[in-house]
Amino acid sequence: MNFPILSSLILLPLIGSFFIFFNKSSEKNRTIKYVSIFITTSNFSLALYLWYIFDRNISDFQFIEDREWISGLINYKVGIDGISILFVVLTTFIVPLCVISVISTIKYRLKDFLISILIMESLMIGVFCSLDLVVFYLFFEGGLIPMFLIIGIWGGERRVYSAFKFFLYTLLGSVLMLVAIISIYWIAGTTDVQALYKIGIDQKYQNLLWLAFFSSFAVKTPMWPVHTWLPDAHVEAPTAGSVLLAAILLKMAGYGFIRFSIGLFPVASEYFVPLVYVLSIIAIIYASLVALMQDDMKKLIAYSSVAHMGFVTLGIFTMTQQGIEGSIIQMISHGLISAALFLCVGVIYERRHTRQIKDYGGLVSVMPKYAILFMIFTLGAVGLPGTTGFVGEFLILLGAFKKSFIVAIFASIGVILSAAYMLWLYRRVVFGKIVNDDLKNIVDLSKSEKTILWTLAIPSIFYGFYPEPIFNTIDVSINSLIQTYNSSLETYFAGKN
Amino acid sequence: MENINLVAPEIFISLSLMSLLILGVFKENSSSVVYNLSIFTLFLSLLINLNLFSFNNLYLFNGAYKVDYLSNFMKFLIIVSGIFVMLSSSKYLKINKIFKIEYPILLLSSILGMFIMISSNDLMVFYLGLELQSLALYVLASFKRDDQLSSESGLKYFVLSALSSGLLLYGCSLIYGFSGSTNFDQISNNISGVQYGLTLGIVFILVGLAFKISAVPFHMWAPDVYQGSPTSVTIFFAILPKIAALSVFIRFLYVPFINLVDQWQTIIIFVSIASMVFGAVAAIGQKNLKRLMAYSSISHMGFALAGLSVGTNEGIQSSIIYISIYLMMNLAFFSCLFMLKRNDIYYEDLSDLSGLSKNHPILSLCLLISLFSLAGIPPLAGFFAKFYIFLAVIKEEMYFLAIVGLLSTVIAAFYYLRVIKTIYFDNQTEKFDINHDIGLKISLLVSTLIILIYFIYPSPLQTLISKIVIL
Repeated sequence: MNFPILSSLILLPLIGSFFIFFNKSSEKNRTIKYVSIFITTSNFSLALYLWYIFDRNISDFQFIEDREWISGLINYKVGIDGISILFVVLTTFIVPLCVISVISTIKYRLKDFLISILIMESLMIGVFCSLDLVVFYLFFEGGLIPMFLIIGIWGGERRVYSAFKFFLYTLLGSVLMLVAIISIYWIAGTTDVQALYKIGIDQKYQNLLWLAFFSSFAVKTPMWPVHTWLPDAHVEAPTAGSVLLAAILLKMAGYGFIRFSIGLFPVASEYFVPLVYVLSIIAIIYASLVALMQDDMKKLIAYSSVAHMGFVTLGIFTMTQQGIEGSIIQMISHGLISAALFLCVGVIYERRHTRQIKDYGGLVSVMPKYAILFMIFTLGAVGLPGTTGFVGEFLILLGAFKKSFIVAIFASIGVILSAAYMLWLYRRVVFGKIVNDDLKNIVDLSKSEKTILWTLAIPSIFYGFYPEPIFNTIDVSINSLIQTYNSSLETYFAGKN
Repeated sequence: MENINLVAPEIFISLSLMSLLILGVFKENSSSVVYNLSIFTLFLSLLINLNLFSFNNLYLFNGAYKVDYLSNFMKFLIIVSGIFVMLSSSKYLKINKIFKIEYPILLLSSILGMFIMISSNDLMVFYLGLELQSLALYVLASFKRDDQLSSESGLKYFVLSALSSGLLLYGCSLIYGFSGSTNFDQISNNISGVQYGLTLGIVFILVGLAFKISAVPFHMWAPDVYQGSPTSVTIFFAILPKIAALSVFIRFLYVPFINLVDQWQTIIIFVSIASMVFGAVAAIGQKNLKRLMAYSSISHMGFALAGLSVGTNEGIQSSIIYISIYLMMNLAFFSCLFMLKRNDIYYEDLSDLSGLSKNHPILSLCLLISLFSLAGIPPLAGFFAKFYIFLAVIKEEMYFLAIVGLLSTVIAAFYYLRVIKTIYFDNQTEKFDINHDIGLKISLLVSTLIILIYFIYPSPLQTLISKIVIL
């Protein structure tokens, strides 16, 4: 048995949170800060090492750990392939930045916040690694508890409402998935994903099971019309909470679509493609239009998240190499850029305690460094060539054109709209004259803020120019996913005729 | 010659009960001694019970009494929860000035009654046990004599319980009339085909049992009795009688009437769905924590019944796992409730929890864990309880029950979240006392830890329970 590297990734933050729990919770306690930064960064380096030793030429799962857990029923099984490794790296990359931002901004109950974030990290890594449906569900749902607390304790004025809405919406979607998971256990005799890929699931059950999984992932993505929890949660959550939510939590659903919906239910996925197209297109256009009309910066970015995730679902269900790869890149890019945008809003919110767009204007003359970084991320969100956003959107549109011309046209409108609302936001906040006198003595970015934002900016530009390392990692896995998908469709239709 | 060893726990408890009574009457100011000795008695009977664990399918007294894995395990649960209940509540009793010798003796006799219920294999024996258990509980519910609410709850419980006992007895007589026997095994042999008299008898007995576990539509007593009784009795009510009644449910439905499964299955499914949904919806408006827990236990009993309605061994086992975990969650929650004390007054309103997390982080964390577990959120133990139930339910393709049940957990999650919201998000009030006795701390710590780390290795409980095979 090799060194259980995935379990260490999952357990390390948990151990850290235990350590912090038994520490004193005074404001001056610096140990907890150092410990949390140390734990999260070392987890990131572990993930990078994992990415380095990951074999890119194998489509099957690697680093598998398989232990008996609930005897006779379910095994604790984790493992990664080209798709999941990127999400693991993304998670471990974002969390240290969150921790740094939390340490410098959160004034009360810092210890509890750090514990919540570390537990979140464990659970999120668990989601991306788990190769058993029940284990997956455990991690997927467990994340609700810390996130509920993060929104509820450190959130804004309507935090209670938002926390409840977030929790109940997600729970409602997920319980149906639980029914589906248990049904799979009795239909196929196992919940082991790897085994299920091999034996497949009887076609007559697939449609219902697909819908049950879809209900959970659609809420989490979030897709229209169950997206309404997201703007509320984002607006009320503290900056670090929004970052976690946008950068990682939403990706769980996209990952779930690729791993489970397509992987386990190919026939049903093909059947429901039109539904996903329609919902995605509505999400893209409707959310973009709503974003145009927002007065609150965070809400605007939240709606832009809905639109971007619409692209992701669209890309996944084109079932083409380009579409799915584009979706993964789009998710990573959205993870970096939306995280950064929320942090940008957080920066000025810290100083002025308002998120209303009309309260700002002309920041470029007082905060030049901020203006530069904000510009980079705005252009990233717009999808300017040279940023990861462009690579993702371009590939998704390419995949969409291959399948359906009309869908692609509608999606392209979304691209234009995204330029409209993001650039308009940027113009109103950064350019123009300083109307509000209070803004004149606003301070530019502090050292830690600069560090965080540049750390996010560099990869989003780097992979925009040179996405090869990402393609390199996911190519083989996606290829085999699509092959299995097509072959199971062929056998199905051959059997039908 | 009967093998009397098999009833050693019952004999031991009844003997100690009587000697404790004598001790209490003749020695002045002996309530503390009697209390501690009662805990010790339970502890010893736990040892005796563990000694009997390997016996299965043994009959006593002409087949009227049965010792098997089911009865041993349920007795084990009863004793363990009895010990924890007594450990956690001694200070509460002292402060409320109800620390009298009768209290532990009544508890013990109620436990004795439950033992008889659990092991009974005959309608008459079952009824004897049930009445012994209930009579002690009537007194316990009204134990705080000077308190209006407590007296009211005792009376209410007595009147309604007597009514249900009457219905139950009528059911027994119908079954006797139509099958010619009161012994479960003989009834099973004598039954041939569906007879309406028998079905009616089953319905009447189910009414009586549903009353005991406060399942809808026979739940009306629960909120008032839970609220009115002293908290130390409420925790008893919330846990022990349910374990006993559940095992009677199992024995009654699965031994004599397993061939009539079509007759009773719909009833159990209806009661289960009604309890799950009603318990979840009605708890939303509650302000008193004990009342809230009453509705929560109604809803939890719905889940336990869902497992029973399946009609398979997996169903029975899932119900037993459910009740074992339910026990721990309630223990944790009520132990927290015992800690809400300020200047010798116990607080039990939702608003008293406001901002608790700022002054009492550990206590709030325990409450948080037990509440999320009650709501069934993974990875806490409550999730696994539900998981096993739905595993059994879905195996028999009863999707409607599964989906309704899971949707009701979403509704239920709302009111648990409301409590958590009060603890964590609201503004703080005054501090509570922190001078708790060691027994309370132990029971809180043990139960919370079990809930929290159950997920790491759920197998032992499952292996133990998988030995319980009725069919």
